[in-house]
Amino acid sequence: MIEESTVVKVGMADLNITKVGSIRTTGLGSCVGLTLFDPMSKIGGMAHVMLPSSDIAREGTLNIAKYADTAIPELIRRMELEGARLSRLIAKMAGGAQMFAFSSGNDMMRIGPRNVESCKQMLQIHNIPLLAEDTGGNYGRTIELRCEDGLLNIRSVQMGIRDI
Amino acid sequence: MQLHEILGEFKLDVLKEIGNIGAGNAATALSRLLNRPIDMAVPKVRLLPFECVADEVGGAEQVVIAIYFRVEGEAPGHLFFIFEIEPAKKLLSYLLKMSTEEEYSFSDMEISALSEIGNILAGSYLSSLADFTHLAMSPTVPQLAIDMAGAVLNYGLIQYGEMGDSALLIDTKFLEGCEEIQGTFFLIPDPDSFSKIFAALGVPSE
Repeated sequence: MIEESTVVKVGMADLNITKVGSIRTTGLGSCVGLTLFDPMSKIGGMAHVMLPSSDIAREGTLNIAKYADTAIPELIRRMELEGARLSRLIAKMAGGAQMFAFSSGNDMMRIGPRNVESCKQMLQIHNIPLLAEDTGGNYGRTIELRCEDGLLNIRSVQMGIRDI
Repeated sequence: MQLHEILGEFKLDVLKEIGNIGAGNAATALSRLLNRPIDMAVPKVRLLPFECVADEVGGAEQVVIAIYFRVEGEAPGHLFFIFEIEPAKKLLSYLLKMSTEEEYSFSDMEISALSEIGNILAGSYLSSLADFTHLAMSPTVPQLAIDMAGAVLNYGLIQYGEMGDSALLIDTKFLEGCEEIQGTFFLIPDPDSFSKIFAALGVPSE
């Protein structure tokens, strides 16, 4: 079936939702791939979060998919429009690695862990349970959320493939 | 928005020249190291959407060897040397007569050798820039990653994330005569570094 093989792509600092097939994003480093899933309506959503907070934004028009604090509310809004319910949503996430280790305690360099913390805070605010996560480490990840059952497939060069 | 509209043709040419000088010297260093001719392409200066940066080296999921340096000093930024796996193995075999069969794994010795090659190249890239601009610039110790291109290059884009969805970078491809070894230098100056570079070179600001 054609529908089965539908893969919606999410770029860097981008978000999207889908009802069929799966949704994927590639090459997560310090970015966090946050996924929301409604098991009843089988709607899946994914955000490729690059930065923890829009407070630091210096850009003219805000790309709300880029920041954890704006991407998650938008993802919820888009999913609700399609028929998902906030009370049913469950979250999984991956990424937030620290690709290179530095002795200089520059906060910018700790961006991965900060993205993860910020995403968790946002999930707490919206009362969405975080079912599983594969975050941290020093390696990149490609993730794909399957709408059939909400399985999150994680692939990495060094650590192989795992499902959460 | 086109880059030359923001920067102007003249400034764009200045940045290309910076890539030319830096990568030119690094390519010369590599050529001496290998005792083989190394060619380089004309540097490209572009404002690239984040999405497209990794496409320059084969896409976000392409497994690459990245040797990364944080550039410290008066015009800070990020410097990457990106090789694919095969060319990196070739490089090692030319230089040290090292060869391995395993696809993605490198021994500690090989990693160390690649880091040192990166160190030499970064040193010549940045010292030639420092000579040209009279700005102090020095690389941190090399950090090597064998991973997806998207994940490693992303590291250089974070500062640009606060300002928009694209980054200004100077990239130069280099290749050995028979095209067995090729790689890419990426210099991604921090957004605030450009004004310092232009000021140091006496380029008038509009």
